[in-house]
Order: sequence, then C-alpha cells, then structure tokens
Amino acid sequence: MATQLMQAPVQLTISPRLAKNIRRNVKERVIELILMLAALVAVATTFAIVGILLYESLSFFKTVSVIDFFTDTQWTPLFEDAHYGIMPLVSGTLTTSAIALAVAVPIGTITAIFLSEFASHKTRETIKPILELLVGVPTVVFGYFALFFVTPMLQKIYPDLPSFNMLGAGIVMGVMIIPYIASLSEDAMRAVPMSMREGSYAMGATRFQTALKVVTPAAVSGIVAAYILAISRAVGETMVVAIAAGQQPNLTFNPVDSAATITAYIVQVAMGDLPHGSVGYQSIFAAGLVLMIMTLSFNVIGHWVRKKYRESY
Amino acid sequence: MEHKASVLENLADVRAMIKRHKRNDSVFAVIGLICLMLGLITLMLLFWQLIADGYPKFTLDFLSEFPSRRAGKAGLLSAWVGSVLVMTVTFITAVPVGVAAGLYLEEYAPKNWFTDLIEINVSNLAGVPSIIYGLLALGLFVYILDFGQSILTAGLTLGLLILPIVIVSTREAIRAIPVSIREAAYGVGATKWQVVYDHVFKYSYGGILTGIIIGMARALGETAPIITIGALTFIAFLPPSPITMEPPFLNFEWLSSGFTVMPIQMFNWLSRPDHAFHINAAATGALIIVVTLLMNGTAIWLRYRIRKNIKW
Repeated sequence: MATQLMQAPVQLTISPRLAKNIRRNVKERVIELILMLAALVAVATTFAIVGILLYESLSFFKTVSVIDFFTDTQWTPLFEDAHYGIMPLVSGTLTTSAIALAVAVPIGTITAIFLSEFASHKTRETIKPILELLVGVPTVVFGYFALFFVTPMLQKIYPDLPSFNMLGAGIVMGVMIIPYIASLSEDAMRAVPMSMREGSYAMGATRFQTALKVVTPAAVSGIVAAYILAISRAVGETMVVAIAAGQQPNLTFNPVDSAATITAYIVQVAMGDLPHGSVGYQSIFAAGLVLMIMTLSFNVIGHWVRKKYRESY
Repeated sequence: MEHKASVLENLADVRAMIKRHKRNDSVFAVIGLICLMLGLITLMLLFWQLIADGYPKFTLDFLSEFPSRRAGKAGLLSAWVGSVLVMTVTFITAVPVGVAAGLYLEEYAPKNWFTDLIEINVSNLAGVPSIIYGLLALGLFVYILDFGQSILTAGLTLGLLILPIVIVSTREAIRAIPVSIREAAYGVGATKWQVVYDHVFKYSYGGILTGIIIGMARALGETAPIITIGALTFIAFLPPSPITMEPPFLNFEWLSSGFTVMPIQMFNWLSRPDHAFHINAAATGALIIVVTLLMNGTAIWLRYRIRKNIKW
C-alpha cells in the first residue's frame, strides 16, 4: 500500500515536494536492503557451518577410509596406533541419550498431563515460569551436579560404579530435558479443543480417563514431536557428558561404564592444543559432521511429524 | 454386551467402579504433582549444593584475584572481566542483526521461496547443538579469518548462537501488534520505515527486550563453543582496557586479546583432581547460576507484565 503511494510518477521538472519524495524512496529501499542483509546472516551461518564441516571432513576422509570410519571398533586418533572408528563415540552418545530419555519422557509427559488437565489456572501460571527458569540453567553447572551429587548418591546404591559413568550423566541430562518435553507437550495438549473434553466429561469419564483416552491421543503428534526434539537436544548436549561421563571412547551400551560421546571427544581434542591441519584436528570436524547429521535428521523428523500428523479441529 | 448389562444392573458394582475411577484420578493427581515438583526440587538441590560447597569462597577477594596454581588464592578476576567483554561483543553483534532480521521477516519479506529459505534456516539454526557453532568458529573465525583465539572470536560465535533466539522473539513480539496500528500510520501518510520504526518496533520493544535478555543469559552460560575455539584456560592477566585516558579514549586492542570466561574457569577447576579447586568451581557455579536466574527471571517477569498490561 505504502509502496504504491510512493511510486508516484516523477516528472522532469522536479518540485521540492517530489524531490523529497525521491529521497524518501531511496532511503526506504536502502533500509529494506539492510534489513534483508541482516536476515541473510542466518542463511550464511547455515552455509558456513555445512561448508566448514564438509571441507575439513573431506580432508579427513582422504587419510581415513569411510569404511574404517564406520566399522572400526576403536577411536584412538591421538595414539601412536591411530584408529578412526566413530562407533564407540556413537554408542556413548546413544547410551547417554537413551538414559536421559528414560528419565525425561515419563516424568515430562506426566508433568504435561498434570499441568494441562489437572492443575488450576493459578498453579499453571506459577509453575510454567519456574520450568522456564530450569531451562536457563547453564549446562556446566549441571555437570558439577552430576559429578558431585548424583554419582556419589548412585555409588551408595551400587558401590562398583566408577566416578565417571554414563548413568549419572544421563540422569542429569534427563532432568535437564524434562522442562523441554513438559512445556512442548503441554502446548500440544492445550491446543486440543475444550469441546472434546466436555464431551468426554458428559459421558461420565473422570479427568484421568479424559486425559488418557481423549486428550493425549488427540495431541499425540505434538507429544511425539517433543520427544524427537528432546532426543536431538540430548545427542548434542556437551558439558554434562564431558564432565561426568568420562572422556575415554568405549564401545559399550552398559550405563555403568565410563565412555566418551561425540561432543565430549570434540571438547577433549579442542582442549589439548592440536596443530591446525593435522588428522586429529580434522577428526573433530568429521565427528561434528556425524553429530550434525544426527541432530538435523531428528529435528527434521520432529517438524515433519508435527506438521503431518497434526489433528486440526 | 450382555456381560456389561448384567454388571450395570448391580448397583453396588457400579458404585465400586466409580469409586475405583475416582481413586485412580486422585492417585494420578498425586503422581503428577510429584513429577512436577521433581524439576523444582532438582533446581533447589542444585542451588543448595553449589552454595554449601562454594560457601568458603564467597568473599570479595574471590572476585579480585587472578586464577592461581594454589586453590586457596585463586580467584575469578580474569574470568568475570572476560565474560563481560565477550558479552559486550555478543550484544553489539547479535542484537542489531537479530532485531533487523526479525523486522524484515515479519514486516517486509514477500511470500516466496526466498523468504521460506530464510525461515527454514532460522528454525534449523535454533536446533543446532552449540558445540557445532564452536567448530564453525574454529574453522572460520580462528583460522580462515585469522581472528585467533580472541574475545572477538568468542563474542561473534556466541552472537551467531543467540541470533535465532533474538530473531524468533522479535517476530513474536511484532506479531502481537495489531494491523490497525499499521493502517492508522499509513493512513496519515507514513512511509513503510516510519511505520515499522516509530510504531511497530517501539510498541514491541518490551517483547524484544525479553528475547534479548534470555539470549544473553544463554550466552553467559555457554561453555562448549568457547572451549572448542581453543580458548586458553589459564589466564592470569586482564585484556587491555577498552577506555584510555588519551584521545580517542577508546582502544580496540582488547578484541584480539586472549581471555577466559566464567563457565570455562569453572570447567577448568572442575577437571582438576585436587578437591580444593572444586570449592572454587562451586562458588563460580553459584555466581553463574545467580546471574542467569536473575536475567531469566527479569525476562519472564517482563513478559508477564507486558501480557497483563497491554490490551490493544
């Protein structure tokens, strides 16, 4: 609308009023261009991330064969006898993520059902900001908590537990993810129209029956999407596992073992000053590429599930 | 069917069933409440643990001493100064770019594939693990652009990291401004930019500020990307002061200086075997958590107030 107004025909004899109009027009265009460039920073960042990861990984795969990378059962790039098998790092990542989800999915879902279906308006308005605060706690602090609080507590129950273990790290990571699952699932449940609940209550169902058999099935796409996005967060989580799970790559799925994740390996290498351009330096980009592909696919699946299976009323 | 009918005939059974269902209802309510409290209790336990462990170091000396090989003497001076400087760079880069991008996407962008591309990128970037930003910074800022392991590199990295947060919150804040405001401004002859800057931007200021605070709190606590760029962990000096006594009074040497930040210092102390250093780590953690909780609390309070006060 405004642009139509401004594109008034410009005659050769320019009156002072029209001259002002041209200046305004140019200024408007320049501002729009600047704003667009700012938006393009996001696109540039994505391309830069993919570009850097691919570029360094390609150099890495010139020295290490792709087959070895996926089949070798050892990851020892910093040793004399270097092995480059990503599987031990992947197993560590998957195990810690699985423990985290085993904690976060049930507790998060029950919290969401409670907040959405049972809690009073006032409770909900008080609790949700507190959950948001929990999301804001830096992960390095959670690492401290895992190492000096959760692991010693677990050692009382299970004395053979090493002080660096995937169980403690996974549990703390799970606690970190609870608010994430709870808040996303609650949003999905709140989107289910009131009339469906009222229909269920009218049939004599209790709140629990309504929540379990009417609201949850109707919101299932949003809840599943929340789970998948939570997996992606757990896989990419760094500090908790780097501090509390140990930094020794170990091909195991046993939660009481100590093992390194992909992220913990990147941290470990970045801390010990590796020369730029060496295979060890390139290996963190190859590991990062695997991590990026894992989280990206989870994110894409999550968005797809939410879009595709969304029930519309 | 027949079976059901016969059950319903028996009134006592029906009453028992209702009772059972009501009991399930209250049992679940209790379980729900417990699960809800778990998050809260964890937060308090975590906070309590840090305060109890770090208590001996809650002194002003802790803030005015450099890190040291002796745990008792070690302090946070270079770390908190580093944090402040890095956050300054992050603020200066992420806020203008993020707000401008949000304004463009919400007010200017035409509906076409190009806009879709930008939007997909923004939502994807929000899901990229922070350590990947560290790898980007290591490859791009440290080696290709040759900024080194400096405050500039760290600030830019965190700036990119919080960019999606700033963009998304800007867009949400703008979306809450009704179309009638824009139409009124156009109606009295305002140009697009006059409408966007004098009305849309100014009215959504509070919402945008909320997003900026949450983003900055996130940047303050981020550790992984800064470790990845290879930031040194033992820094016993301060970067050159940004303000000088001689003209032009501003000095930019600090941008290329080595640095450490609070989460890095905490991680460094955590990974030492000597328990005395763990006390320092706990005290640092308590400080980080107080600052981030204060920032996030302010943001949440602000958002709540805005929602309550503005009725278009």
